Amino acid sequence: MLIATGKWILLLIVSFLFSECIYCNSVEQKIYVTLNKTVPCVRLLNATHQIGCQSSISGDTGVIHVVGDDSDLEWVLKTGNTPPYMVLLDGSLFTREVMIKMKDSTRVAGVAVVVPKKGPEGGFSPHQKCPNDKSSVYSNSYGEEYAHCNKTVWNPLGNDLSYEDFHFPIFMMQDENETEVVKKCFFDHNVPVNGSGPSYPLCAMQLFSHMHAATNTVTCMRRNDLQATFSINPEVLCDPLSDYNIYSFLHPVNNSGPKNPDEKVIIAAARMDTRSFFWDFAPGGESAVSGFVTLLAVAETLSKISENLTSPLKKNILFSFFQGEVFDYIGSSRMVYDMQKGTFVIGLENIDTFIEIGQVGLRSASQLWIHSDPVSRQNASIDNEVKNLSSTLMKVGNDSNVPIFEPSFSQPLPPSSFQSFLKAQYIPGVVLTDHQSAFSNRYYESIYDTSENLNMSYPSELGPEEQLEFVTAAAQSLSEVATVVAKTLFKQAGGSEEDLFKVRADPKTVTKMLYGFAIRSNNSWFRSLVNQDVKPSLVNGPPQYYVGVILPNSSPKQKRLIQYVLANLTGTVANLTKEQCQNTDKSGDQNRELYDYFWIQGSVPLNGSDPVSYCVRSTVRLGEAVSPAFVLKQYGALNYSTWTESRWKEIKARIFLVSSKELEMLTLAIGIAILVISLLVTYFISTKADILFTVSREPSTAAY
Amino acid sequence: MTVAVFFGCTFIAFGPAFALFVFTIARDPLRVIILIAGAFFWLLSLLMSSLVWFIAMKASNNEDYQLQRGLLIFGVMFSVILQEVFRFAYYKLLRKAMEGLVALSEDDSSPISVQQMAYVAGLGYGIMSGAFSMINILADSLGPGTVGIHGESQYYFLTSAFMTMAITLLHTFWGVLFFDGCEKRKWWMIAVVVCLHLLVSGLTFLNPVYEGSLPPAYIITVAMGVWAFLSSGGSLESIRNSFTCSKSSVNSQVGS
Repeated sequence: MLIATGKWILLLIVSFLFSECIYCNSVEQKIYVTLNKTVPCVRLLNATHQIGCQSSISGDTGVIHVVGDDSDLEWVLKTGNTPPYMVLLDGSLFTREVMIKMKDSTRVAGVAVVVPKKGPEGGFSPHQKCPNDKSSVYSNSYGEEYAHCNKTVWNPLGNDLSYEDFHFPIFMMQDENETEVVKKCFFDHNVPVNGSGPSYPLCAMQLFSHMHAATNTVTCMRRNDLQATFSINPEVLCDPLSDYNIYSFLHPVNNSGPKNPDEKVIIAAARMDTRSFFWDFAPGGESAVSGFVTLLAVAETLSKISENLTSPLKKNILFSFFQGEVFDYIGSSRMVYDMQKGTFVIGLENIDTFIEIGQVGLRSASQLWIHSDPVSRQNASIDNEVKNLSSTLMKVGNDSNVPIFEPSFSQPLPPSSFQSFLKAQYIPGVVLTDHQSAFSNRYYESIYDTSENLNMSYPSELGPEEQLEFVTAAAQSLSEVATVVAKTLFKQAGGSEEDLFKVRADPKTVTKMLYGFAIRSNNSWFRSLVNQDVKPSLVNGPPQYYVGVILPNSSPKQKRLIQYVLANLTGTVANLTKEQCQNTDKSGDQNRELYDYFWIQGSVPLNGSDPVSYCVRSTVRLGEAVSPAFVLKQYGALNYSTWTESRWKEIKARIFLVSSKELEMLTLAIGIAILVISLLVTYFISTKADILFTVSREPSTAAY
Repeated sequence: MTVAVFFGCTFIAFGPAFALFVFTIARDPLRVIILIAGAFFWLLSLLMSSLVWFIAMKASNNEDYQLQRGLLIFGVMFSVILQEVFRFAYYKLLRKAMEGLVALSEDDSSPISVQQMAYVAGLGYGIMSGAFSMINILADSLGPGTVGIHGESQYYFLTSAFMTMAITLLHTFWGVLFFDGCEKRKWWMIAVVVCLHLLVSGLTFLNPVYEGSLPPAYIITVAMGVWAFLSSGGSLESIRNSFTCSKSSVNSQVGS
């Protein structure tokens, strides 16, 4: 037993030395195998509902059962004799039908989904059929006939799975090795033999994802406020989904100066975020990356040529990247709100036209579709401007071999940030997409919407750095779209025809961006574009585009990547030292009102080891993307996004063996027996002590 | 449901010690003090061996598995020697205290015999070392899982509990024999106690082959029990007497 003593000695020392014991309990290591690479499904709340998953406060435990076909499912739901089960679900069975069956069963303790690399052939979208229906511009008061996707169901593959409320935890297994560990444990212990159930000990899994918030945002925010008012240690239960919009003007605009209503600005927009069933796992290849990469290319193209034009552009262009658009247009509704309140750089009246780049990565036969709002086009002047814009687009597209079409007049706008602006005011504008009616994206807002969905393929012999430079067909296609959009914006802004040939998006930049945003953000190019603070957020896989929440003292997220890439693509190098560059004091320098400065890591020179850092001056700014509902404290608001994310204490998954009830009871019985016997024996010996120990050799001290 | 395992193992590991404490120690304040002091001396020995272990760990290479195992064996052996040294120190201290007790008492005799002190001190040692070897295991027995995912025996908790019980009892018996040896200047008895302590501690290196460690430990426990019984005045005859002669002339509060 002294080996245990030795262990204790070690343990004592370790806990003396490190407040956090890393060696920790070796008994725990004997029992549990923690799964580190998992992604949970978490609870989100809006004004009326809660969605997502949660475990009980001490985690949900169940015997593991690997489910690969219907007979396995039958075992879990009906025949198995050791419920509840923790289902290790094959990705092909991760469908609404199966999940609802499990939701309705009391024999399921939780689900761990093994996601295959490639999505199912038939498509899979856990999102709504009619995305952002509740916050759509089309409602009873605006184009009633178009409301609730009456004319066009945009996402027919949507099965609403992401909007279900599960009472058990659901995790995603991210790492193949860990999946193998779990499967091995299952095959070693849990496989039924000879038709009868397997024998104990059985392999079990425990999932922790207890959510603090419940019911809906109204309830949760009320509880937050109560805590803040009365509790000494207020514990926040949920946070609004929020982040930052990123925007940049082509010509610098004074941040604080008065705005002339005659100053016209064209808005070019795209959205940055996407989601999936699981928290913070949202590759969003087609649904987000294709759009914002195109817009980044447009911004680069136009700012590169704006210096040497024969005649300057008459109108300014605002490149705007909206955040949180999946969750009822958080970013765009906030920008509109700020414009209405006069706290944004420009007002609604300054908007000349609006061009939004939607999903453009999957064009069939290179076609691009122009979507516009039939309701506002009933107004003759709006209709005229939209027609002008469309004809410009079509003409430019024709010149660049991108055939552009308009769907029939009666089709409403697809889900887009533009709708937020239309809610406030009639604005002429279009949304460019690769689909005529229903999305061509078969994996909308799902875990499969990856670079593969975008058909990005590289010759197999290329290394990471070579892939970065390799111009893929997808990049070529997106740069064509970028060229068309850039040319249209250029003409729309009043650029002269003779400069038009200069407007050309660079496929090399587009392919690097696509590689960085959809395959691997930790590449030499991105490393050279960011500063030290953002660098740790670069990952060896695709970055994720879930909007998330702003937490106090949290580090900048990788979404800020877009900000740095945009600053580098559109900015110029300023001759400033690091201190001057990072000085945020705005007084005394007029440029500070116009520009923001970024201290950039820089690339490593060929014959050096340290990167050469420099200062970039650009007009890129951040605008808060917190829904106006939280500014107004109207948590039940129906016209604004009210999505919040619950907080949690612990997200954890571990596997271990469980012993049979019989063994447990046997242990208890032996324990009780030993206790009773020792009590009896001791009592007997103690009463008979004088007889038992009679022959004492020291009579003087034998008794007292 | 593993609360059952927790209580089962607690009862197994500490049941005998608890029974001994309730019936033979708890009623006498002096014995309680000696018990606590005994536990304290064991803790002191643990502190000392911790220091040595700490230095050894700091000085050695963490990567070298062979060296680490060698160090562990060394640490355990060293700890055993230290425990016995502290037992001897405690004996000396109690001897000194005894003189004081005799001086204080009215009839010039100590209120407690050396053998009784030996038993109580041994139990104090046993309880503390049992607690230290078992408590972290007990804490984990509460969780949903049981040992075995890496292929270990699923009876880990049960065997640990039985081992703890054996250690507690062994310390009690060793206490009696050790003090007896000191009292009678039979140094070979002390040598046997130290050697057996080393042997039993060494046996735990056989784990997780519990068949190799548990039965020998229990054989030694039983042997020690018999020897301790005999050395403190017990005999076959006295056992027979205790069953037959139910009437006892002296009052029945003397233990051990």
